Amino acid sequence: MMLQYRASLVIWLISHVLDPLVYLVVWTTVSRSSGGSVGGYDAAQFAAYFIVLMLVNHVTYTWIMFEYEYRVRHGSLSFALLRPVHPIHSDLADNISSKIITLPLILAAAGILALIFHPVFQVQPWAAAAFLPALLLAFGVRFLMEWTLALAAFWTTRVSAINQVYFIAALFLSGQMAPLSLLPAPLRLAASILPFRWTTSFPVEILLGRVGWTEALTGLCVQAGWILVCLLLLRLVWRAGVRVYSAVGA
Amino acid sequence: MDNAAAIRVRELRKTYVVSEREAGAAAALRSLMRRRTSEIAAVDGISFDLSSGEVVGFLGPNGAGKTTTLKMLSGLLHPTAGEVSVLGHAPSRREKDFLRQITLVMGQRNQLVWDIPAADSFELNRAIYRIPRPEFRRTLEELASLLELAPLLGKPVRNLSLGERMKCEIAAALLHRPRVVFLDEPTIGLDVTMQRRIRTFLAEYNQRFGATILLTSHYMADVEALCRRVLVIHHGRLLFDGELAALVQRFTAHKTIVVRLEDCTADLTTYGEVVSCEEGLATLRVAKDQTARVTERLLADLPVVDLTVEDPPIEEVIERVFAQGTA
Repeated sequence: MMLQYRASLVIWLISHVLDPLVYLVVWTTVSRSSGGSVGGYDAAQFAAYFIVLMLVNHVTYTWIMFEYEYRVRHGSLSFALLRPVHPIHSDLADNISSKIITLPLILAAAGILALIFHPVFQVQPWAAAAFLPALLLAFGVRFLMEWTLALAAFWTTRVSAINQVYFIAALFLSGQMAPLSLLPAPLRLAASILPFRWTTSFPVEILLGRVGWTEALTGLCVQAGWILVCLLLLRLVWRAGVRVYSAVGA
Repeated sequence: MDNAAAIRVRELRKTYVVSEREAGAAAALRSLMRRRTSEIAAVDGISFDLSSGEVVGFLGPNGAGKTTTLKMLSGLLHPTAGEVSVLGHAPSRREKDFLRQITLVMGQRNQLVWDIPAADSFELNRAIYRIPRPEFRRTLEELASLLELAPLLGKPVRNLSLGERMKCEIAAALLHRPRVVFLDEPTIGLDVTMQRRIRTFLAEYNQRFGATILLTSHYMADVEALCRRVLVIHHGRLLFDGELAALVQRFTAHKTIVVRLEDCTADLTTYGEVVSCEEGLATLRVAKDQTARVTERLLADLPVVDLTVEDPPIEEVIERVFAQGTA
């Protein structure tokens, strides 16, 4: 589907590369002006962080929270309900296929950023090995959580307000604006207790050697736990939501 | 199961709770404090059975409850009260085994993915409904030849005309050979040729697969061509359930007599209500039980060239049914 719209692809690329680029420029400037390093990151390490973050974010992001209200209001969900499969399957397929199409672009963008900002990577073999499961689990947590949150559209017409709150929280707590280790302790704690860290930041921390292997192992378990919790919630909320939808009609 | 009713509906009800307020700012504020709601019965206790293989027309004006009923039958809406059984399933449970055997075509909505060719959407349906490949190929060939789809399959859906898209929609909805087919205004917005083609196709599909079909349409030609039996619904209640011919019998008090005369100078008002009289062709409306006598008198009194007696058009009959239902 995305191949049909080359212009939107370019716009998408700009927004996905521009965001991390802005934070990268800000933090490298800050670190240079404060004697070469901030919170354990120098300019090259910031570059490594935001480039990896961009790639991780590309793998885990979803757009489902923007779509559900339209589906519910305009009744396109009805067709999904008529089919003998759960609608989450088509969203999953949609997500994965569009990621595959855009992967070369984001890799190219990462390459260009690397040429400009000279990141430094010191990747342990075990960290490289743990990165992939952490990345896949992060995708699982984020996909299931955002799919469940998107179901709010069954109950309210003000979905954009909920999305706003969620995206601001995610901006701070998932490590998109700054590495979590730079946050004040209470926020850092919140990021770890809530699912946010496990959706984006954690795989980056593993790859860049910011967590030890015991912490990495615990983290993988926490991710798996969140997936179970989200699956359970998704089932409950979905059932209740369909009941509401089919009570009022569409 | 095959001999029993494919669809069984008993005392089916659906009420919507709607909030209401008067226009204006004061009323808007008041409604913040206390929401006034009222219940509207979209479907108000209807019962009917459809046997396997029947094609039944579901008639009613806008807002009569047709679509609501179809949605309850296909599992999209939970009934407020009453009983529905389709192929032995309760539709609102949306069991996979049930969903695999039914389909709902809505003339104003589409399930095909806008940006890809219909053939790709069909392939997706093959996977979703787990249709074995040989069967899928056979069905697709049949549908393609019946609906003349071949030149359309490779084009992105957004580049198809409304009629072409509708043909593809119908094909997509029938690929899994559903035993029960619900059609909500399948010919809406289509030109006469396309309407006729879709009608012919539906009749053919019913013949070939023995599918049970329940369809709503505003085009009486659809109903006349396809359905021996009709259900008439108005304000959520069933006004009539029976053969189309019986509906015409029951609800028409008049017949139309068309006479061609050598000259149109005679005063025809003594014979019946003159609907039109132009260039020697006169149309009269007479009470049904007077038809024979009036015809006799016309033939005896006037220089008649040609004379026919007709039932009023079906649209007029339906209008009469609704008018009586409201009264």
